[in-house]
Amino acid sequence: MSTEQQLFAESLESVGVETRRVPPAGVTDAIAELLVGDTVAVALDRDDVSIPDAVTVDPTPAELHAAQTGVTPAAFAIADYGSIVLPSTAVGSELVSLYVDHHIAIVDEQDIVADMEHAFDRFDREMPDAYGSAIVATGPSATADMGSLVTGAHGPSTVGVVVVEG
Amino acid sequence: MATEGDAVRTNTQGFNQGRYESVADLDEYETVKDEARTIKEDAIDRLPELIDQLRSTVENNGGTLYLADDAADANRYVRTVVGDGSEKTVVKSKSMTSEELNVNEALEADGHDVIETDLGEWVLQVAEETPSHIVAPAIHKSRAAIAELFEEVFSPTEPLETAEELTVFAREKLGEWIQEADVGMTGANFIAADTGTIALVTSEGNARKTVAGTDTHIAVAGVEKIVPTVEDLQPFVELIGRSGTGQDITSYVSLLTPPVETPVIDDTDEETPLSEIDDDREFHVVLIDNGRMAMREDDDLRETLYCIRCSACSNVCANFQQVGGHAFGGETYSGGIATGWEAGIEGLDVAGEFNDLCTGCSRCVDACPVNIDIPWINTVVRDRINQGHEENFDFLVDGLTPDNEAGSPPLQKRFFGNFETVARLGSTLAPVSNWLAETTVSRQLLHRLLGIDPRRDLPTFHRRTLIDRFQDRETTVDTPRRRAVLYPDLYTNHVQIERGATAVRVLEALGVDVAVPSVPSSGRAPLSQGMITTARSHAERISDTLAPYIADGRDVVVIEPSDLAMFEREYERLLDPAAHERLATNSYEIMEYVFGLLENGADDAPLRDGDGTEVAYHSHCQQRTLDVEAHTVAVLERCGFDVLTSDVECCGMAGSFGYKSEYFDVSMAVGDELRDQFTAPETRERTVVASGTSCLEQLDSLLERRPTHPIELLVDRSPTE
Ligand code: SF4
Repeated sequence: MSTEQQLFAESLESVGVETRRVPPAGVTDAIAELLVGDTVAVALDRDDVSIPDAVTVDPTPAELHAAQTGVTPAAFAIADYGSIVLPSTAVGSELVSLYVDHHIAIVDEQDIVADMEHAFDRFDREMPDAYGSAIVATGPSATADMGSLVTGAHGPSTVGVVVVEG
Repeated sequence: MATEGDAVRTNTQGFNQGRYESVADLDEYETVKDEARTIKEDAIDRLPELIDQLRSTVENNGGTLYLADDAADANRYVRTVVGDGSEKTVVKSKSMTSEELNVNEALEADGHDVIETDLGEWVLQVAEETPSHIVAPAIHKSRAAIAELFEEVFSPTEPLETAEELTVFAREKLGEWIQEADVGMTGANFIAADTGTIALVTSEGNARKTVAGTDTHIAVAGVEKIVPTVEDLQPFVELIGRSGTGQDITSYVSLLTPPVETPVIDDTDEETPLSEIDDDREFHVVLIDNGRMAMREDDDLRETLYCIRCSACSNVCANFQQVGGHAFGGETYSGGIATGWEAGIEGLDVAGEFNDLCTGCSRCVDACPVNIDIPWINTVVRDRINQGHEENFDFLVDGLTPDNEAGSPPLQKRFFGNFETVARLGSTLAPVSNWLAETTVSRQLLHRLLGIDPRRDLPTFHRRTLIDRFQDRETTVDTPRRRAVLYPDLYTNHVQIERGATAVRVLEALGVDVAVPSVPSSGRAPLSQGMITTARSHAERISDTLAPYIADGRDVVVIEPSDLAMFEREYERLLDPAAHERLATNSYEIMEYVFGLLENGADDAPLRDGDGTEVAYHSHCQQRTLDVEAHTVAVLERCGFDVLTSDVECCGMAGSFGYKSEYFDVSMAVGDELRDQFTAPETRERTVVASGTSCLEQLDSLLERRPTHPIELLVDRSPTE
């Protein structure tokens, strides 16, 4: 593992995110292990990985509404914060990662950048063309407004990350 | 004065502690802060140009930019966008700027439903209260209070008790509103002019849903939120969470370039896959001037516009921790920087209602991620309020207040501002002045006329001042290793003479030729009352008096940290650059100076051997801001003392603050924290030392033990003396 990958793994752990690091062929099983209940997904943009059959890819709004878990690809990840960058796309990545109680993000090992500075280099390069909007998401949604820290305020209460080797 | 109890204190102190830990983890924290500051300075400098650039970017992206002159103008525009034809549901994510506009009321008057989706904001909406903190708006509400509120308003079928239960309840209720909503309204933490990208820093995910779940997005933001480029967002993203709640980063930083591409869905649609649903969305950014462009032209208020509303200055502030943002705040904003915001947006009257809660302790200066001199803004606004004040007390004012103020500050301020005269008179008339001052009649008079709290002990003046004692005395050192002026601050000169004499003795023991010339007071007293003209004349006199000594190769050694802070920090605003530089670079805090002497080879044999004596040390606020508190600890440890340091931000006295009747309770509440620390089992038996005169006075009233200045521990009392 490179330093970045190592750091990313440690940061994810400290923000309470469960991680699987697998070769492309292992992605299906990794998702299957992490998902909870009815699961919907956004199509992954690579041919060598697949999503478990039980998962509804490209769901209808009603299916999304009923689902407990959402699977989406991440644009990239930021090692020292344990953040995943979720692009807002026309196929509804933002909805599938947000309107569920459990979110699973799939990120390519090559797409782990070291720190915020590198992340913003990348935003600057990619944002105008590849996607206009993105969320830097770190750990689950949380609030302290009700007297103590609670996860799962409006967004997911748990987050899992599958890092694809190679 | 109204305080808000435990919830505010516990939460702000938690955030503050979190900040210390989180910024310690950030490599090059100071550099990142400087970067952030530079970006803001540049952005505000080029603001008109950036607004134009942003307008064309937003329009190219397919949105609209509206520049509103004031709140009414902004609300008029928002109402048109929402539409007055039919009743709509507007969901909002947290935005202080929208609080400033009172946009909810404006929309509700048109018959729309406006729902706050941030859990804290929603609690306040249900309770019909206003935010008491700029980041955690419902910080003053305890879990029990929220449970009670929900019980009363919603009569839930299952009783709600735990934070989890309350959160789930709120999430479900709000989820239904979001599903119904027609319009989503957000604020913006930052907006990049080059791409039109809005950064929203949140943790709950409600801002994401507010945008993704509606087909009309209105973002309201002050004009000062614009930064030139997307890359400029980086330092702010790294600083804002750490500075505020002490999180390295919040759960979500949305970087939205609206209108966003996310499909606009109807939850009941069972037919159409997401990828086939349109993303037709309207986007409006409403930029608000509301006094900001005028602040930009104002040399003293301009810095306020660099504020990123992180709340560090509230959380670090000992007074804020006690009273909360309803008391320490104006119409919208709260905490130290609120004085700048409210003065610029609402006017001096509103700022004047809470401005005196800033004691100028300067703990916020290091905390602010964009290096805003918050105490200076408070001082300037206080000065402006004084200018507009009229009070007629000529019979007293003439003799006691020979200040240079053009206006007529309130008598209490003039009294404290002219404390040098009071002290001089006190010494001249001592001991009669001391007896007189302590009579019941005088205490009542002082209370009635000047608002000096009768529960405070008054200083005891000495007839023979430190200057009287040492001015004409020859040095005892033959071949000095250094030569110095011991600065006779007001208190050391008139009240704490022995402390001054001890300082001379220690310095001479370490081979320093010490002079104690007659020098005016630093101007700290008038400055803290907002009497800037008077403070400036003190600064100029000090500079003129000390210049020949400095030119002659003498260092300036200062016992009172708040005076050292004047020389190093505030004089930058009061003197010409060369004069400030001369004094700032040649001045040292006394223990810092002793540290330097010892480091450079002075023999510590003449100093007292601490021999493991256990000491509890409280450093002065300004001393910490100047980074010279560690020297005291180092010197004491080198001399064999066992030192334990307090970690409260302030003792609560803060110069004249604690003497004022209206603030006595706050001052003592702040002091209680220090008392608790110094009466805990591990500190109970320790000798108490503190560097600041105010701190010593406060500790004296808090504890049964008598506190002392660290320099007094260094005097060798062994038989060999
Ligand atoms: S003044 Fe500085 S510390 Fe205070 S809220 Fe603004 S940015 Fe934060």
